[in-house]
Amino acid sequence: MFDGLTGKLGDVFERLKRRGALSESDVQAAMREVRVALLEADVALPVVKDFIAQATERAIGKEVLRSVTPGQMVVKIVHDTLVEMLGSEPEPVDLNAPAPVPILMVGLQGSGKTTTTGKLARRLTQRDKKKVLMASLDVYRPAAQEQLRILGEQTGVATLPVVKGEQPVSIAKRAMTVGRLQGYDVVMLDTAGRLHIDEALMAEVAAIRETVDPHEVLLVVDAMTGQDAVNVARTFKERVGVTGIVMTRVDGDARGGAALSMRGVTGCPIKLMGVGEKMDALEDFHPQRIAGRILGMGDVVSLVEKAAETIDKDEAEKLARKMSKGDFDLDDMASQLRQLRKMGGMGGLMGLLPGIGKMQKQMAGANIDEKMLVRQEAIITSMTKKERKDIKLLNASRRKRIAAGSGTSVQDVNRLLKQYQDMSRVMKQMGKKGMLKGLMGGLGGMGGGGMPQMPPGGLGGGLGGLGGGGSGLPGLPKLPGGKLPPGFGRR
Amino acid sequence: MSDEIEQTGAAQDDARKPGWLARLRQGLARTSAKLGGGIIGLFTKRKLDDATLEELEDLLIQADLGVKTAAKLTANLARERFDKEVTSEEVRQAFADDIAEILTPVALPLAIDPALKPHVVLVVGVNGTGKTTTIGKLAKQFRDQKKKVVLAAGDTFRAAAVEQLKIWGERTGCPVIAGPENCDAASLAFDALKQAKADGADVLLIDTAGRLHNKAALMDELKKVIRVIAKMDPAAPHSTVLVLDATTGQNAHAQVETFRSMVNVTGLVMTKLDGTARGGVVVALADAFGLPVHAVGVGEGADDLRPFDANAFARNLMGLE
Ligand SMILES: Nc1nc2c(ncn2[C@@H]2O[C@H](COP(=O)(O)OP(=O)(O)OP(=O)(O)O)[C@@H](O)[C@H]2O)c(=O)[nH]1
Ligand SMILES: Nc1nc2c(ncn2[C@@H]2O[C@H](COP(=O)(O)OP(=O)(O)OP(=O)(O)O)[C@@H](O)[C@H]2O)c(=O)[nH]1
Ligand SMILES: [Mg+2]
Ligand SMILES: [Mg+2]
Repeated sequence: MFDGLTGKLGDVFERLKRRGALSESDVQAAMREVRVALLEADVALPVVKDFIAQATERAIGKEVLRSVTPGQMVVKIVHDTLVEMLGSEPEPVDLNAPAPVPILMVGLQGSGKTTTTGKLARRLTQRDKKKVLMASLDVYRPAAQEQLRILGEQTGVATLPVVKGEQPVSIAKRAMTVGRLQGYDVVMLDTAGRLHIDEALMAEVAAIRETVDPHEVLLVVDAMTGQDAVNVARTFKERVGVTGIVMTRVDGDARGGAALSMRGVTGCPIKLMGVGEKMDALEDFHPQRIAGRILGMGDVVSLVEKAAETIDKDEAEKLARKMSKGDFDLDDMASQLRQLRKMGGMGGLMGLLPGIGKMQKQMAGANIDEKMLVRQEAIITSMTKKERKDIKLLNASRRKRIAAGSGTSVQDVNRLLKQYQDMSRVMKQMGKKGMLKGLMGGLGGMGGGGMPQMPPGGLGGGLGGLGGGGSGLPGLPKLPGGKLPPGFGRR
Repeated sequence: MSDEIEQTGAAQDDARKPGWLARLRQGLARTSAKLGGGIIGLFTKRKLDDATLEELEDLLIQADLGVKTAAKLTANLARERFDKEVTSEEVRQAFADDIAEILTPVALPLAIDPALKPHVVLVVGVNGTGKTTTIGKLAKQFRDQKKKVVLAAGDTFRAAAVEQLKIWGERTGCPVIAGPENCDAASLAFDALKQAKADGADVLLIDTAGRLHNKAALMDELKKVIRVIAKMDPAAPHSTVLVLDATTGQNAHAQVETFRSMVNVTGLVMTKLDGTARGGVVVALADAFGLPVHAVGVGEGADDLRPFDANAFARNLMGLE
């Protein structure tokens, strides 16, 4: 699959001496790769050009930090610039206006407006305890009004009764009147999908805006959008005064460059993202998560999702329980090793992580392969039940016996025990810090800049954490993306 | 109003990074002014040099052709005409010719086999691309050809998806087979096929719920639909059409790749070409997969479906029409 940007840059910088400041020519060579990565991620070309100019300016002359390669340094600068541009500070939907606060939803056909209207209304109702009224101004698409009515029923949010033949502007007026008279806090107006070049429909939505003077105008866009994103965003901003952007279908595998394009041309914050078809699949925007994706630096989220899909659920739940209590024994470790192999082994997992190409070579060098997993399992099976529960029993002669029994050496046994201790430590930390942070710490350590010297123990620790946490937690796919440092976990 | 928004935008930039947004916007205005006119006006008659080639490549990229395809096409052009004096018209025509050459072999309409009764067409794709609407449009076309068409409301998940298809059934005068709310899509499809056979229909168009290709469970559900209808007719579905949205960028590759390998897609329809998105990714798709492109959607009405015309599409990509 795709070689991460880190890997590509690694090649660019192969010929460089590791130390010193980044020179102009190094940076320019690197930026050619960055340009391609951004374009492949669907960032619109004009935005790419400006981004590269800014990142180049920042990178030239920067001292390369001790623990990283020049390539990683550039990626870090690019990544940080990207996060900043995407908006480091969260920008929630603003309701700071006299009730009923009108929110207008606009966008191209099929981008997810109606679904997002339902999701946001549900969130405002349930989480923020607001009284919300939804109204469909879509008199064109077959069954559009019915769709919103059903979503209202599903979420327990009121919808404005449909009057046949009523036109969008009058529906909007009526919605606001009902909102005022019946004491609603928020009135959400879902509109029909329209092309930004459709003069008649753009005039219609401008008229709606004039009528209700919405406090928020949210442009709903598909994360898969290509180069056209700039045209769409620019026109909608000009014609209807967009105040925020919602990216939908972030649950897909698109690299999501449209986020940067749209933010770039409109300056509007990206406020929310849709991460599924269900009504609870709405999240605040995570710039880090999107930045990592855009750069193709391995998607830690999909790594975790993959793990969640593959791991045996009961077993993982059992593990998660044990982990939270802090008792994790060698039997548990053996079961994790099995899970790991099921996931397609190291190869499969590594494919999802940053800096893959390089790492695989290094792993081959360090003899970390699937055979190792099998060997480690064999070592554990050669222990007695008691030994597996309490490694303190394992004195030198027992270790010798186990090595002989599993066809390995005493060093192998020692290494495994060291790895087990590292893992237990990670588990304990997870217990303290909360699972996810610990889990991410482990992953970050794997993909991070320290890779070349990564001891097998450290690697196992990270993966072990993953195997355990992966599916035991139903909430996992909703990762706090802000905590994911793609490729820079433990610099 | 719009001034206010500008200000809110600027206020977001704290003192640490003075006005990057403003700078970016300025830069964008500059770049887009340069690119705005498309290839037209890029050069009247000038030498095809590296700088010109790069600008041309940029234009292809902006039509969503993708970096690789754009580079390949530009390299072709360079081989033929580097250092020669060329006009804008000549260059655009040359590109259009190269692109049309790639696209011509895939420009094939969805052919209905009259012997099948019914020819079963399964319509699939990610969410919101235009599957249901395309079914409505196809139904209209086949009805105009005096074919007997049955529609199956196989999207049993999305709110009001069934109602939406029923309205298309009314518009086009085709019966719609639908099940109770949240019924199993596979058994619904099975029932619809049974009904269509009994009615002696020529075509059965099966709508499906939108699904992202990276969701294994949803893709399995689609496989099940196929398995179940194949029990009645082992050759069914006779066509599996993947609907792509022209605004989609490079992710279209992953969509085609996954749907093709999972449910054996036999052809594509590209929708929403009435916007400013050029759908250039289809060039790379044709090159990589060679799947037929049956038709393109150019609006929301029943008549807004056109055959895929390789030459016209290529000329449109290059801003020649
Ligand atoms: N996977 C996924 N699907 C989504 C998301 N948001 C919306 N959808 C799906 O996208 C499709 C279109 O959504 P709608 O809400 O009908 O889109 P719309 O913008 O209202 O469409 P029009 O009114 O026709 O312009 C539906 O199948 C939704 O279930 C999301 O975040 N993830
Ligand atoms: N402008 C334009 N709009 C289109 C075209 N085809 C479909 N649409 C619109 O796109 C939106 C989504 O179309 P649907 O047919 O509901 O899409 P779908 O793929 O069935 O959506 P889901 O079932 O929710 O996945 C609707 O508003 C359609 O009117 C087209 O060719 N041009
Ligand atoms: Mg809608
Ligand atoms: Mg549909």
